Amino acid sequence: MATIRVQPEDFDLSAEVAALTSGRTDVGGIGCFTGTVRDNPGGRSIAALTLEHYPGMTERAMAQIAAEAERRWSLLGCTLIHRVGRLEPGENIVLVVAVSAHRQAALDATAFLIDWLKTRAPFWKKEIFADGGEAWVAARESDADAAARWGGGA
Amino acid sequence: MSALAPLRLLYFAGLRERLGTAEEAVALPAGIATVGDLMAWQRDRSPAHAAAFAAAARVRCAVNQDFAQAQTPVGAGDEVAFFPPMTGG
Repeated sequence: MATIRVQPEDFDLSAEVAALTSGRTDVGGIGCFTGTVRDNPGGRSIAALTLEHYPGMTERAMAQIAAEAERRWSLLGCTLIHRVGRLEPGENIVLVVAVSAHRQAALDATAFLIDWLKTRAPFWKKEIFADGGEAWVAARESDADAAARWGGGA
Repeated sequence: MSALAPLRLLYFAGLRERLGTAEEAVALPAGIATVGDLMAWQRDRSPAHAAAFAAAARVRCAVNQDFAQAQTPVGAGDEVAFFPPMTGG
């Protein structure tokens, strides 16, 4: 059963890994991905991103993505945490952790989870520029391609 | 669900800003059976709606919090959300 959270607060990678592994001796690999806010995403400095979501559906879509990962790989647990609200450069945005008996399942599931999370969970980023103004981030073809490499339709 | 139950329409991100509303309740318009019908109806509501829904391929939709396609049925009492392609992660 995956842990799914959407929250304004930051997360603690070590604490989330410990929550998945403490007391277990069957875990052989832990895959982790942390996404952070990068400045100059389009060559223009940003003061912050704001992240919007669809309360209810977002959590449901994240749970469906996690369930798909659990169908495809032998996972002993996984955690998806996505922050919302105002996030400044350097701050964490998203955390994916997948644990398994063996490294390949943990690594592959982690890559799958972040690829699908970017294109199949209802979140939208807006850039707040350092010199004023703001703009919604356009969906990127490269993200769609990354998600499509795992199959499973559009 | 009663035929009189309103449709709950939700808008997110850029679509919410263009329309100036996050949520509205409307009586199910006559002759609307699918998401595609509802998109066509939206385009006829006002110039702002026409602009926001002009590129149907760029507007995503969910019915009762499940991703939907043009042929997905919609009925009275449904929650129908419209939004741009997702940019999380």
